[in-house]
Amino acid sequence: MTSEHTKETKIVKEIKIDLDKCIGCRACEVACSAFHARPRYSSTNPARSRIRVIFDALNDVYVPIRAGDYTPAECTGRHSYTIGGKDYQECSFCGVACPARDYFKEPDSGLPLKCDMCESDPTLEVPMCVQVCTCDSLTYHEREVEVTASEPREEMEVGLEALANKYGWERLMDTAARLSKKG
Amino acid sequence: MRYAETGFNLEVDLTRGNIERVRTDPAWTELYLGGQGTAGRLLWDRVGPEVHPFDPENLLIFSSGLLHSTPVPGANRTTVDTFSPQTNLYSHSLFGGFFGPELKHAGYDKIILRGKAPDLVYLWIHNDKVELRDATHLAGMGALATADRIREELEQPEAQVAAIGLAGENRVFMATIEHANSSASRGVGVIIGDKRLKAIVVRGTKDVNIARPAELFGISSPMYRAIYENEFCGDTMAHEDDEEFHVNNFAWGNARKRNLGFWNKEREERWKAITESVRLRWTGCYNCPKDCHQAIRLPGKQTYFQKCYSKLTYAMAAYEEIDFNYEILALTQEYGLDGFSTPQVLAFAIELYEAGILTDEDLPGFPSSGGERFFYLVEKLVNREGVGDALANGVYHAARQIGKGAEEFDHNSMKKFEQVPLKLKMINYPYFLMYATGEKMNITQIEGSYPQVPIADKEERQRFVDRWDAAPERFKKWFLEWEPRTHPSVEAAVNICDWNETMHYIDDAIGTCAFLSSFRGQFGGRPPYHIYNLPQFISHATGLDMDPDKLWKVGHRNRNLIRAINIRRGLRRADEKPPEDHWKIRDPEMEKRLLDEYYKFKGWTMDGVPRAKTLRELELGFVAEDFLERGILTEGDDSAPEQASAGE
Ligand code: SF4
Ligand code: SF4
Ligand code: SF4
Ligand code: SF4
Repeated sequence: MTSEHTKETKIVKEIKIDLDKCIGCRACEVACSAFHARPRYSSTNPARSRIRVIFDALNDVYVPIRAGDYTPAECTGRHSYTIGGKDYQECSFCGVACPARDYFKEPDSGLPLKCDMCESDPTLEVPMCVQVCTCDSLTYHEREVEVTASEPREEMEVGLEALANKYGWERLMDTAARLSKKG
Repeated sequence: MRYAETGFNLEVDLTRGNIERVRTDPAWTELYLGGQGTAGRLLWDRVGPEVHPFDPENLLIFSSGLLHSTPVPGANRTTVDTFSPQTNLYSHSLFGGFFGPELKHAGYDKIILRGKAPDLVYLWIHNDKVELRDATHLAGMGALATADRIREELEQPEAQVAAIGLAGENRVFMATIEHANSSASRGVGVIIGDKRLKAIVVRGTKDVNIARPAELFGISSPMYRAIYENEFCGDTMAHEDDEEFHVNNFAWGNARKRNLGFWNKEREERWKAITESVRLRWTGCYNCPKDCHQAIRLPGKQTYFQKCYSKLTYAMAAYEEIDFNYEILALTQEYGLDGFSTPQVLAFAIELYEAGILTDEDLPGFPSSGGERFFYLVEKLVNREGVGDALANGVYHAARQIGKGAEEFDHNSMKKFEQVPLKLKMINYPYFLMYATGEKMNITQIEGSYPQVPIADKEERQRFVDRWDAAPERFKKWFLEWEPRTHPSVEAAVNICDWNETMHYIDDAIGTCAFLSSFRGQFGGRPPYHIYNLPQFISHATGLDMDPDKLWKVGHRNRNLIRAINIRRGLRRADEKPPEDHWKIRDPEMEKRLLDEYYKFKGWTMDGVPRAKTLRELELGFVAEDFLERGILTEGDDSAPEQASAGE
């Protein structure tokens, strides 16, 4: 598959995370899940949040991470980091919806969740998770950068691929065919 | 559809290992809301006065609050309700953190435990999958260490755990249940230990319905900043390095002596430096922007969480400095011991030793410094070894078991429970009433809406009242009239006690943290949540049509229900006596009058029993019938005056 590569400038939306400031309140999880619930705000369920706080309280590890891509297979090897005398696992910084763990998967379907920077109409000035993080562990920044753009993958494409990885393409196609006939 | 609540409780019979998911009655939600309220109703219905707290029939109930797992910030207090072997009365505690919301996402409002497991077990709740698992390999393990171990074992890093340490396992009366950065105390840890339950582990990923989601979110989201920026809420004192208030006003040792002159600038600097050197960070509870809990780590020791004024209680009881307090907390937190009553019990033992009542035979090799003695005694206490066996029953019982005049040294308990050792000179009317009549045993669970001290400057006083949104009108008038060094009128005192306790009963039903509400009006008068804005949160969340008067009535209903539970177990006026030396200058006549007027106001008999008319007006007719049947009340003795409402 090839796609057009062009140079253009665009606004990069960035959430900065200050691990030292996090109080572990999980308000970011609550707000994100509320914003993405359908109908909007109809439930606040951290399991559906696109930001999760990785806790290891005895080791003073509090890491908020946003959901990124989906992977069908966990990493074969992993790093661990020592930062300021504390040990962190690579997974703690990783936003991937991955078989190694439960984060960033819809609890019912297992479909991957991805942070969409609260894309909505009208656009939010500041993403929900940042809005409720009053202690500024999360802060929002925009900057302009020159990028090589490629077609972004659509939500449906990512979802389908995840389903295919779970059930195999054949079963997925069969089911789709069967359901479309019913409809 | 059920809103804000799941509509299901989890019933666990530990003796048989039987687990059931039971639908709840929505009518109870309207009457009691949830949390402590509905737990109270269960205890009333199912645990008769003949049941001893250690009987398998005693229930131990973990309740989420009605507003848990809604977007309302700071709704995260889980209540634990049971009967205490120390008081043989109702026992109630709360803990913050993340437990209640997780439980609701698993699909349950409450966990109701009965019976006793044959051997140490833990309860694992993962949505619809619930099981009891062997915990014998966790015996003796520290509370937070246990939580970590279980999460690893189950490969469930997101599971929330409430666990006990050695103190609970050994049925020490002042044992706590520890969860994340919070603990439940006041007699509930001993019961979970008695039931042989080492821990409850919850993981929930289900949705909880909200009646009017957009409206609720709309009024909830501005609360984050409002709470964050409100300097009068949260555990404001935890963040201060000037400890003068506690150090000077609370008694040292076994609640005996004040230590005036101890506090000075040099000490403040030193203590501050020590605290900063051991603090890893401040932490908060589920969906709350405040950060009341210190994560503490001493070199070579496991991390623990320090909250409330446990920062000082051990140091003051042992006549030591703050570094000692941090050191002993590292141990007592993992054992799971209450930071309020434990130091008093240990200091009591030292007093007995110094008076020659306990000897070197009882305490072989007893060290000489306060600090070392505390470490020595803690081991005896948690292991119930030697004299520790008596001490583990609390000061009241220990004094009687030890005898030889030890009773004289039990001077700070009421209803057989150690009280906060706030020793002031002059009796304070509302405080007298709160101490005397409180069902929640600790003054911090009763006080908090009306200011503790008047404002001398009249203009400033007026300004305070002008923006006092939380207060019903009558309190504004009383506050404006209140001059320094004067008592409020008896009428005002009675109302103040009533308002203070009512707000706690509301918080403890809906699960909002007292630091944002019932406990936090007393300084600054600006609690984020109060009787006038809470109804809206409850209405949008549940779809109930709540207003301040109705909510006030729920608070009264729950208060009377809990009262009734204790009355049925024998509590009467004679028990409502604050410790003799609680204030230096007492006024027996006034105390009698205050109690008379309070009972009258509450619609209770002069013996402190809610009258049938009062109970029926609160839709507690079944309590009235029970009291009449048992002869606790007799029909005809019914002339309760009208009660004030929120609106007046
Ligand atoms: S809202 Fe902020 S402080 Fe709270 S858990 Fe999320 S990142 Fe941490
Ligand atoms: S979570 Fe991320 S780092 Fe960890 S195994 Fe999965 S992809 Fe790799
Ligand atoms: S930016 Fe929006 S979608 Fe992304 S984690 Fe934050 S709240 Fe969720
Ligand atoms: S105010 Fe403090 S104790 Fe209360 S919920 Fe918030 S962080 Fe926890």
